[in-house]
Amino acid sequence: MNPMNWEPILLTFQLSLITTLLLILIAIPLAYWLTYTKFRGKIVLEALISMPLVLPPTVLGFYILVAFSPNNSVGRFLQENLGLQLAFSFEGLVLASILYSLPFMVQPIAAGFASLSPSLKEAAYVLGKSRMETLIWVLLPNIRGAILTGIVLAFAHTIGEFGVVLMIGGSIPGQTRVASIAIYEEVEALNYGLANSYSLFLFVVSFCILLVVYGLNRNSPQRVW
Amino acid sequence: MLEFDLEKKLHGAEGDLNLKVSGKIIQGQLIALYGPSGIGKTSILRMIAGLMKPDTGFIRVNQISWVHTIQRVNLRPQQRKVGFLFQDYALFPNMTVERNLMFALPKGHDATIISDLVNIMELQGLRKRKPPTLSGGQQQRVALARALVAQPSLLLLDEPLSALDYEMRRKLQRFILTLHKRYQLTTLLVSHDPEEISEMADEIWVMKEGCFVAKEAPQLFFDKSLDKESLSLWGEITHITARDSQYFIQMKLGGETLGFHIERKKAEHLKVGDRVKWGFFQ
Repeated sequence: MNPMNWEPILLTFQLSLITTLLLILIAIPLAYWLTYTKFRGKIVLEALISMPLVLPPTVLGFYILVAFSPNNSVGRFLQENLGLQLAFSFEGLVLASILYSLPFMVQPIAAGFASLSPSLKEAAYVLGKSRMETLIWVLLPNIRGAILTGIVLAFAHTIGEFGVVLMIGGSIPGQTRVASIAIYEEVEALNYGLANSYSLFLFVVSFCILLVVYGLNRNSPQRVW
Repeated sequence: MLEFDLEKKLHGAEGDLNLKVSGKIIQGQLIALYGPSGIGKTSILRMIAGLMKPDTGFIRVNQISWVHTIQRVNLRPQQRKVGFLFQDYALFPNMTVERNLMFALPKGHDATIISDLVNIMELQGLRKRKPPTLSGGQQQRVALARALVAQPSLLLLDEPLSALDYEMRRKLQRFILTLHKRYQLTTLLVSHDPEEISEMADEIWVMKEGCFVAKEAPQLFFDKSLDKESLSLWGEITHITARDSQYFIQMKLGGETLGFHIERKKAEHLKVGDRVKWGFFQ
């Protein structure tokens, strides 16, 4: 049996970490906007954000692949002007993961905002605080549980990616060959022992993560998931 | 001096309502807004604070326009500097009592106002506590103190005492009056409690169907129906029992308990805990 190669595992966690960090920056303003805007067209955006919950990951992966392909105008533009090659690269995986895990971060945070009494925000405004000050000092600290849930879920969900990664990333060692892909390939090559090592590792890590989520929710006044 | 003339179509639980109100309050006055629920009392306060926009009209404070729909003036709540006491207190649960007060202090202002307010409102022992661990009356005191940290000249109180028991209500009424006088505030108070209004307000503004139908001294308003009374006392209803076409009501009057029958029609809106006036007529 081949010794276990840690590279796919490390790559998986690297991808999850970067995706989650970027998602925090994207999801908080997005959830804030979705919760408080009176713009009726927001339902379109809400539906779009939630698409990864229902679509087969391969559909998402396919369209991202087509869009990023250097044969396509978007892909060509990115490559020529920004030097970004998104199809079959780690950067492409990050972008696809962000889209794929977006609802897992946005929905708990939006639920958190919605659970707060509107008078908290209004009280801060009447006290002379700007929207930004209100967000940072009043709203976010009171939805810590929801933010933490979003972070953990997005992280765990990115670890579990397979279809999107396969479509957009292929299986380039050190670049796009994450653990879930490695497991699939080891099984194809009949290396069941190695597949089992990867699988068991992911199984235990994912279980621990969800254990933390439920533990946090138990102690938190706002259950958002 | 606060002047306003506001129109707003409100969509309430009981259908649409056209709110059309105007008024003028001089510095130092305490005005009570009185009327049934859903009549737009809270909306008036929210429009003055900048949390709601009128359809047409203006709000002027000391000759400065806060809102003027024709001139397209609409100051943000942050620019208006009012003290607003929310019905649900709206204390920030993540901050201690002290942090709640500090947060309300504008940059560069003297922090001695906070220790003043803490002393007046008897909050010394609560400084390090977080709002969810406080009783309703304590939260109310903190919220009132916080509304005044920035030293606004206008104080808006949205049914501040309705959720409290009688003793606590009396205590907080005294606190509000103390602060109102000490900081020479102009105060608008939404209240359902005739006794509270009689004790506190210079004028009662009575609302009906979205308009003011009376603006007068509370005594004058509440005594109209009792114009021949020679003596009246306030009592608290302790029991209500239905008996045939009548209700039997028990109330506490001073240290005594009193029981009497009353027509069903007259008693329908009464509930245990209500304060009612008990009068003797010539």
